[in-house]
Amino acid sequence: MQNVLLMCLSVVAQIEEIIGDGEAVATLNGVRKTIELGLLEDDVNVGDWVLLHTGYAISKVDYEQARKMLDAMELADSL
Amino acid sequence: MKEYSDYLTELNEKTAALLTKITKYCKVLNRQINVMHVCGTHEATVSRAGIRSLLPKNLRIISGPGCPVCICPAEHITTAKELAKRGNIITTFGDMFKVPDTTLKSLSHLKAEGHDIRTVYSAMDAVKIAEKNPDKRVIWLGVGFETTAPMTAYELMKKPPSNFYVLADFRLVPPALDLLLSDPEHELTGIILPGHVTTVMGLKEYEEFPRRYGIPMTVAGFEAVEFLYALEVLLKMMVDGELGLKNSYTKVVRYEGNPKAKEVMKKVFKVVDAKWRGIGTVKQSGYDLNEDFREYNARNLIDFDISLEYDLPKGCRCGGVILGKVEPEECPHFLRRCTPETAIGPCMVSDEGTCRIRATFREVR
Ligand code: SF4
Repeated sequence: MQNVLLMCLSVVAQIEEIIGDGEAVATLNGVRKTIELGLLEDDVNVGDWVLLHTGYAISKVDYEQARKMLDAMELADSL
Repeated sequence: MKEYSDYLTELNEKTAALLTKITKYCKVLNRQINVMHVCGTHEATVSRAGIRSLLPKNLRIISGPGCPVCICPAEHITTAKELAKRGNIITTFGDMFKVPDTTLKSLSHLKAEGHDIRTVYSAMDAVKIAEKNPDKRVIWLGVGFETTAPMTAYELMKKPPSNFYVLADFRLVPPALDLLLSDPEHELTGIILPGHVTTVMGLKEYEEFPRRYGIPMTVAGFEAVEFLYALEVLLKMMVDGELGLKNSYTKVVRYEGNPKAKEVMKKVFKVVDAKWRGIGTVKQSGYDLNEDFREYNARNLIDFDISLEYDLPKGCRCGGVILGKVEPEECPHFLRRCTPETAIGPCMVSDEGTCRIRATFREVR
């Protein structure tokens, strides 16, 4: 039980439902949880992925960027 | 369509390619390379994946002051314990619950003695407890780095009930980096910046560092492949003689950080000189509540004197471990008297502590 109450834990969650009042329901590892959106400036929609820190979304996750980074890693030697 | 196994193969190939490049760069550099990260979660990534055992001999990954529980001053815990003894409800993250102060007693001991200490998942849960217990004072232990601080600020901006108090001891990464980089005992050649601190704060405040200290920097993610990618980016800068500051965690880190989080912190906190456990006072390195939020400051409830001269248990070398000057293996207690089950110092108690992580994921070299 203690393990889920850590301050350093940041997890990625997907928005399932916006419930207004700066809150949303998100799923993380299959578990539905109410999360706080008030610290995010960007608009968040159902289906978006966010980085959660102690229950608050602190950033939208940009998988497009992540994929670009992976693609940029060349397999060939560059030296 | 691509199968799952195709992705895995691709990822494995990329990881292998990154390692090959890292090895090559180290060979070209042909000198000792010391890369420091300042994040407990990065240490977990490195130790869990056994990354150190895969790296060339002249590349050392050093774990810096990245565990908020470890650097939280012993006074904070002693104060929280005193406030608990006075009939207040203490609310805290689970990580803080087991950390002893200099008496070797933690909040968990006080709970066992019948005092009201509650571990919660977030600052908003602490506010809810205050709403449900209007006749009691509820004290929220506000600790952590820039990643954890905005939540407390945000809750205070929402005007919580007047029986809600914060004992704020947030700590800031840039002043600690300044300290490490100007330390003549360290010969650091590269810095991996913490991924989630920079998610909040952005990169701007680190802009001057590479030139000031002649050292490249990059931000890394927390998957092993993301960490290796950042390492490769860093080494490439060294090979090219580039003193850059690069974002290798574009998945969540933006250059400007999270403007809203920064704004609430600016409204609620003031920057103060602050004590780091095992290190001492670092100038302008902490957040406390500013005058506008004075009524919520738990320090106003303190009518007792707490000042500790030595803040680590006897023989514990956490101070050196936190600064990356002592490897846990060099501490005589490591895995002898001090184990995850019989932890002596904060670096072994905390899940983010270097001693704890090293003990959990023993490496084969
Ligand atoms: S092994 Fe234990 S006693 Fe030694 S430095 Fe780490 S926490 Fe302190």
